[in-house]
Amino acid sequence: MDFGFKLSPSSAINLDNVNPDKFEELHRAEPDVYKCMACGSCTSTCPAGRYSGMSIRKVILALQRGKEKEAVAMMKNCMLCGKCSMVCPRGINTRHLILSICRIYEEERK
Amino acid sequence: MIYQGKQKIWADYQKEIPDDHWFYVRSCIRQNFFPGAEKMFLEICRGLLGKDFYETEHHTTCGGIAYHCDTIPQETVMTIVARQFALMTEAGYENYVASCITSFGNYIEILETWKEFPELETRIRELLWKACRREFKKPEYVAHASDLIYKYRNEIAAKAKYRLVNRLTGEPLKAVEHIGCHYAKMFPARGIGGAEYPYVLSGMIEAWGGNVIDYPERRHCCGYGFRQYHVKANRGYSLSNTHKKFESMEPYHPDFILTNCPGCPYFMDRWQYVIAETEGKTYGENGFGIPVLTYEELASLVLGYDPWDIGLQLHQVAVEPLLDKLGIEYDPAAKYKGLDEKEIMRPELPGVLRCC
Repeated sequence: MDFGFKLSPSSAINLDNVNPDKFEELHRAEPDVYKCMACGSCTSTCPAGRYSGMSIRKVILALQRGKEKEAVAMMKNCMLCGKCSMVCPRGINTRHLILSICRIYEEERK
Repeated sequence: MIYQGKQKIWADYQKEIPDDHWFYVRSCIRQNFFPGAEKMFLEICRGLLGKDFYETEHHTTCGGIAYHCDTIPQETVMTIVARQFALMTEAGYENYVASCITSFGNYIEILETWKEFPELETRIRELLWKACRREFKKPEYVAHASDLIYKYRNEIAAKAKYRLVNRLTGEPLKAVEHIGCHYAKMFPARGIGGAEYPYVLSGMIEAWGGNVIDYPERRHCCGYGFRQYHVKANRGYSLSNTHKKFESMEPYHPDFILTNCPGCPYFMDRWQYVIAETEGKTYGENGFGIPVLTYEELASLVLGYDPWDIGLQLHQVAVEPLLDKLGIEYDPAAKYKGLDEKEIMRPELPGVLRCC
């Protein structure tokens, strides 16, 4: 029966089903990844973000939630301009972080 | 945390509820959804327990729905509420009891706002005088009607004809309690047990012999949320919230759901039908849903009132499986008969959800 509305797909994430190995490897390579407080300064200055949906803040969050493919797809729009590194209040070398993500999540990029 | 500390925190969330002499205000929507509930509240309090409850036909909406739908400002709601307080003052009462959770939240919010901003109260008094030449005293005590049934729960248990026990197995019935969001989530100290551990409905269930189920989404909204349901584009969001609750409680096999809000029983009842028709899923036993009751209806059932006299035929989810478990006798042929023994209209039966 069509009521004109229906259930929205659930956005719940079961963290027990997420394999944290790669994120832990990323953390070993880039300890600063845990410094991110998701303030969004990087996103607001990203010249690619407005047109492509690239957001390093979202990438970090997605990787922790096991949404690797989504995160890596977003990363393809990064131009490595480095503006996010300049504005990060926690001093995270985001440019280096992005390169490390590309290296560790090589499989997901294919 | 030391034990005394916990006791102190718990003590902060207890209420010293006056015993008698109440000015009762009804809810706008409950009378349409489950009209037996408010009737039975007055019947139990006045008729059975002999308390003094006064209500007036001059009482209007509290403005809560429009306020929470963002269509009127709070000053308008305050003036409407000031008029209700004026009615109470004119009737000579000091204790104010609201049937509706949102009204209760509204009254508390307004009284707290006036405490912080006395100049606003002065302005509202002026507006009320200009509008209808009325003056008011603030109530000594504002309670929700479920607070009073909670207070009288042991007296009701002493007079009860049935216990919340499965007649066939002898086990206590498994109950889900659902508290309306506006009861204690806005002002935790005004609700029995606060916002995280509200005890108002659990206390009733335990006093009447049932077992309360604790499940992950116990404190989740029922899904009504004015702006979710009243805007049709958001209605799927409302449904999804209810679905999330049912998915969470399903593994615990509850026998019934007890609520104290006008919207919660309606949406948890009706959305079970919508979920069954759209997803083909039912949450009760043998294709039935989980019966959803208001606290007045449950109190009336344990006191031995006829299920059809308290309006249980107006529930979408059939209550008969619960009545059978409780051992309550009922006449299936009288389900759709009015007080004058004439047939009221029979609803069309759903395709998936079993309704006897």
